[in-house]
Amino acid sequence: MARSIKKGPYIDLSLEKKINKLNDENKKVVVKTWARRSTIPPEFVGHTIAVHNGIKFIPVYISENMVGHKLGEFAPTRTFRGHGGKMAERMTKLK
Amino acid sequence: MARIAGVDLPKNKRTIIGLTYIFGIGKASAQNICAKSGVDESKRVKDLTEDEVAKIRKIIQDEYKVEGSLKTEINMNIKRLMDINSVRGYRHHRGLPVHGQRTKTNARTRKGRKRLVGGKKK
Repeated sequence: MARSIKKGPYIDLSLEKKINKLNDENKKVVVKTWARRSTIPPEFVGHTIAVHNGIKFIPVYISENMVGHKLGEFAPTRTFRGHGGKMAERMTKLK
Repeated sequence: MARIAGVDLPKNKRTIIGLTYIFGIGKASAQNICAKSGVDESKRVKDLTEDEVAKIRKIIQDEYKVEGSLKTEINMNIKRLMDINSVRGYRHHRGLPVHGQRTKTNARTRKGRKRLVGGKKK
């Protein structure tokens, strides 16, 4: 079920503050965040945000058509290495 | 023979059912189209006059996205998801269910016929 329109999109407050500050100073710094549930507003476009995937931070460059999606959509939390076969075995060992 | 949006409608079916043979038109939109054009929805497709067919054709052309253009739009949407590297795009790419369904079992519609994976030999 979609979120109520009355409330507007959910955007992580502290992240928004940080990005707004960067916008004011015209700077581009990679911002680390855990706020995977935050929607991407148009102000984020052009910034690189490091989104936590449970282990490490995945740098995500925000482009225009990512607006409206959530940050977590761009930092997958699972790695699938395939079932069976030699390839799969080697992959699991690598990990 | 009524030909609308590049599709031959089945002759012997009621108009409301016949219209659903067009990709992008289901029962609800077929009902709307019938009401709007003033065609009795129970009339068989073969009994439609040229006039009525033209009316229906016009309504579909003006107000509905059907067949080719609808298919391209859907594909564009999927391609967008893949291009922005989102999880949903990845699921489309791998042919897995997109909306968070389980994949331990089932999910056969998306994954296709079962492929057996060889067990370990000792």
